[in-house]
Amino acid sequence: MIALLRRELLLAARHPADTLAACLFFLLVTALFPFGVGPSPETLARLAPGALLAAALLAALLPLDRLFGAEAEDGSLDQLLLSGLSGTQIAAVKAVAHWLTTGAPLLLATPVAAAMLNLPEPAWGVAMLALALATFILSLLGTAGAALTLGARRGGVLLPLLVLPLAIPAMIFGAAAIEAAASGVNWKPFLLLLAAFAAAAAPLAPLAAGAALRSD
Amino acid sequence: MLEAKDIAVLRGEQIVFVELSFTVSPGEAILLIGANGAGKSTLLRLLAGLIPLAEGSLTWDGQPILTDPAVHAGRLRYLAHADALKPSLSVEENLRFWARQWGGDIAQALDAVDLLPLAGLPARLLSAGQKRRLALARLALAPAPLWLLDEPSVGLDVASIARFGELLAAHRARGGMVLAATHVPLPLPGARELRLGRPA
Repeated sequence: MIALLRRELLLAARHPADTLAACLFFLLVTALFPFGVGPSPETLARLAPGALLAAALLAALLPLDRLFGAEAEDGSLDQLLLSGLSGTQIAAVKAVAHWLTTGAPLLLATPVAAAMLNLPEPAWGVAMLALALATFILSLLGTAGAALTLGARRGGVLLPLLVLPLAIPAMIFGAAAIEAAASGVNWKPFLLLLAAFAAAAAPLAPLAAGAALRSD
Repeated sequence: MLEAKDIAVLRGEQIVFVELSFTVSPGEAILLIGANGAGKSTLLRLLAGLIPLAEGSLTWDGQPILTDPAVHAGRLRYLAHADALKPSLSVEENLRFWARQWGGDIAQALDAVDLLPLAGLPARLLSAGQKRRLALARLALAPAPLWLLDEPSVGLDVASIARFGELLAAHRARGGMVLAATHVPLPLPGARELRLGRPA
């Protein structure tokens, strides 16, 4: 599995534009909010938690439809399934690689986005934690969705329709944690609930994805 | 020994073939012959465990092969139509994952298909024949008892086919089995032919 993860990271390093595109998309979406709702600092700060979460989840969705699509097109998927790794292991590595190449870089862009949305500075740390967990959940759910929609016509459209509703709990608890931190309330319970969701998705999503990859 | 008994495969609603039986013993080679659409590639994918069996039994030394696909995968190398190469990785990097997974020496495998001088070149710069040779290098990495080859010689020049023949001979001398789908002669002396046809 480590060998596959190294291959995935090497491939991502050869295509840095994909990672950069997700980060820029994230920043641009958050930059659009001040234009839409006006520059009033209070309104922006009120919107910031939800806007950050929504923008991050959408940005992390971008590279998902190529997750297995590219492998299936060039024949690599068949070879991976015969490499001695199970479908579940392949899916788990894909999810981790997707988070490392999309979710983690988004965290680096979070302070910039938080500043643009006038999120109070003490909440920035919590915002990064909440985004880390939420994007990890999206990587897991998205991997299952990508495996399910593999081979479907217009799978790229189907995938968000399948994955985003499942990510609603991540959205709720993530935004609630940031909101709580911004207003000085205890934010820990929300993050713990988010972590519990991630802990449940971590084994289940790769299992589902592995089963979907196996059934041709 | 690989044994197929009265096997049948469905793709969608279509019957691809029925009541097909054959055995392959160590060191033996079988050429799959048949018109386009006769089910040669389907049979190879079935033997690789990538598609389900509709009827009949497939056994390896008496054990059904499709019960544990991961174990069966360890016994075989599958060369598909697609070369399964990543254009942005170099020739050597394309093999690295497989070498870690299966063991084997990358330089030796590249030498076996005469790609060693190009080891550092990105795979996107290779010609079609060179890409095919890089896919063949995967076979040369580490020994596996069963080779499933789907038109392995497409795009290869005469010298490359001769080198491929040496690979095949060494594989069979080790007791390896070969099933190859092909429309052209392959360097497989003494190979039996298995003719696939559309069911009436």
